[in-house]
Amino acid sequence: MASSFSRILSSRRNVGLLSLVGGSVAAGFLLRRERVTAGEPLRRRYPASADYPDLRKHNNCMASNLTPAIYAKLCDKTTPNGFTLDQAIQTGVDNPGHPFIKTVGMVAGDEESYEVFADLLDPVIKERHNGYDPRNMRHPTDLDASKIHSGVFDERYVLSSRVRTGRSIRGLSLPPACTRAERREVERVVVDALAGLKGDLAGRYYSLTQMTDKEQQQLIDDHFLFDKPVSPLLTCAGMARDWPDARGIWHNNEKTFLIWVNEEDHTRVISMEKGGNMKRVFERFCKGLKEVERLIQERGWEFMWNERLGYILTCPSNLGTGLRAGVHVKLPLLSKDPRFSKILDNLRLQKRGTGGVDTAAVGGVFDISNLDRLGQSEVQLVQTVVDGVNYLIECEKRLERGQDIKVPPPLKQFK
Amino acid sequence: MAAMKNCHNDYKMKFSVDEEFPDLSKHNNHMAKILTKDIYNKLRGKSTPSGFTVDDVIQTGVDNPGHPFIMTVGCVAGDEESYEVFKELLDPVISDRHGGYKPTDKHKTDLNFENLKGGDDLDPNYVLSSRVRTGRSIKGFTLPPHNSRGERRAIEKLSIEALASLDGEFKGKYYPLNGMTDAEQEQLIADHFLFDKPVSPLLTCAGMARDWPDGRGIWHNDNKTFLVWVNEEDHLRVISMQKGGNMKEVFRRFCVGLQKIEEIFKKHNHGFMWNEHLGYILTCPSNLGTGLRGGVHVKLPKLSTHAKFEEILTRLRLQKRGTGGVDTASVGGVFDISNADRLGSSEVDQVQLVVDGVKLMVEMEKKLEKGESIDGMIPAQK
Repeated sequence: MASSFSRILSSRRNVGLLSLVGGSVAAGFLLRRERVTAGEPLRRRYPASADYPDLRKHNNCMASNLTPAIYAKLCDKTTPNGFTLDQAIQTGVDNPGHPFIKTVGMVAGDEESYEVFADLLDPVIKERHNGYDPRNMRHPTDLDASKIHSGVFDERYVLSSRVRTGRSIRGLSLPPACTRAERREVERVVVDALAGLKGDLAGRYYSLTQMTDKEQQQLIDDHFLFDKPVSPLLTCAGMARDWPDARGIWHNNEKTFLIWVNEEDHTRVISMEKGGNMKRVFERFCKGLKEVERLIQERGWEFMWNERLGYILTCPSNLGTGLRAGVHVKLPLLSKDPRFSKILDNLRLQKRGTGGVDTAAVGGVFDISNLDRLGQSEVQLVQTVVDGVNYLIECEKRLERGQDIKVPPPLKQFK
Repeated sequence: MAAMKNCHNDYKMKFSVDEEFPDLSKHNNHMAKILTKDIYNKLRGKSTPSGFTVDDVIQTGVDNPGHPFIMTVGCVAGDEESYEVFKELLDPVISDRHGGYKPTDKHKTDLNFENLKGGDDLDPNYVLSSRVRTGRSIKGFTLPPHNSRGERRAIEKLSIEALASLDGEFKGKYYPLNGMTDAEQEQLIADHFLFDKPVSPLLTCAGMARDWPDGRGIWHNDNKTFLVWVNEEDHLRVISMQKGGNMKEVFRRFCVGLQKIEEIFKKHNHGFMWNEHLGYILTCPSNLGTGLRGGVHVKLPKLSTHAKFEEILTRLRLQKRGTGGVDTASVGGVFDISNADRLGSSEVDQVQLVVDGVKLMVEMEKKLEKGESIDGMIPAQK
């Protein structure tokens, strides 16, 4: 089964995109813009001006940055796999805006999208990531959990702690563009590697096409089961094609480390626990990620990563660390204080309802997590969450005692 | 027109057919029943001149394993050539869907409304409204699953020009979805004319809702009896309708209006897609032939609960739907009754079946109201 893929890999090795000597850092270094050759140009029936989308009612990062000139320049370009600009922006054309957040409005179909469509993606990335300029900045990666301090929260306030990220397998197209064969290969590579995890990480894979009703019910009860995407942000980008073929969930026996296969990204990696021990959650997260990386490298694969953009994922909003570290925390008094939003902004945190993005808070319990993804390392972002949540809990306690609280000064963005 | 290269499909050919063949084990649609690995293997390297491939054809059927009420088709055409390039898949699908229609069969087109017998005397106490719809595709453009924004806009522009030149009973106005005022929108909703962005995954998975509402709109005549949808599931959907049971008049207006529109498109060198084997070419293989659905909203509370109701419909070559259209259930004993066939018989044939069949069913309903039996009235298979 691996035969056609090893053929593809060896041709990519010749282009210099992959190097097993020196691991991902060297490979990322080799994937410079000059080295990526685009695919054959498209022949279009109509001039660019006839196909330029009507974005007058739109409010997303793609619509803010896609000028007719950029469209004309990029509209006949393709990545080596044949992914086009029209495909990249389709989700943003079909979804003019979101009530709560300014959406990104475009996706990558493969690693090369970020190079071939850089004239659009670079300004979109800069806008979404608060000024991070991929043309002249470098993204730091740091998965050394021992550097986290004060990472255990007061459990009278923090109900649960969670860290998630995504990883893509280099050499295979991303969910908006992947063929059924590629998606199945992602599943095989990942499941094969996960089978090598041991100790507290040992676990099991549940394929969406093959799970029994009983297994399905258990996964629902554990709040692990992910469903076919219904959000048009995802379906219009083609990520739900062929559902549920090659999709599945892996989790360790202790139910503290979970991996989604072929949902919005090749993999989504989640470490979570009830209670406030964010340090332990992050330790397991880093350990698990490094183990999985080692196991796929043993088999000749690696994660998509480069120095400019960090870990490469489908949505530009998840570049860099792809990391969202958060807690469910009780802040009934603070959340009613008019300064709450400003405090969160200055701490570089965001709030969501406990159902995740697109939901509202229930009973004064909020999902609080880091705002940033790109330009700071995993350790930096988790420490930001730790410091921020500790501050929020302090505020809540002060308000309980009838004392006043202070809005902290704004944190610096890129360290 | 030289062929467009499909780079993504070339890339896909590096993977084996085993690796790419979809998992159809839980599927129940026409495509899934026909598509073998062998057929897939023969077709996967091909593409139409505009770049449409077999994976594009079948995506909607892969993503939608089945429908609770009906056996869906599970595939679409992206352009006129799809029906030729992918005939190994589409011919058997067409045969299954259209009662054994063979690749060598010829389809008869008859839009001469004078050939319809009767149809002006359906009892309005039972028949609440009458309607005939069809679709038309404009030659030289690709179809909704595949067309670009530029193409869709060109179709809209051409359609607006054509419709603007209609006069007399057909004089009317175009309302682009993207530019209508709130007042216009409310009026169109009140008239039950406004179509919405498709939500059915059967359509969205086939890519027909891309770029909504760009290039979409509704045209109707001042009398509100003749209506054209632009760029919804097909390039054009043409609808003639009115309250009451005068199907003859509805069909007359339908035929006359269609022919006027076709003349104008032909003058612009963009006639309708048609051939003598498949009739009018539309996006969904289920709408080939006449693309015609002629129907009524009719009150049949007693007949619809009769044990032989389904059988009667089948013998009359009719189908029932709820009054919200396909995917809905009937309300208050009122049914949408229309022709089941599209391909292999003409427009006149199909509307004749509706007229004769509904007339018979209304008589059956009246008999049942009087407590009498209808056993002697059960028709033979048409």
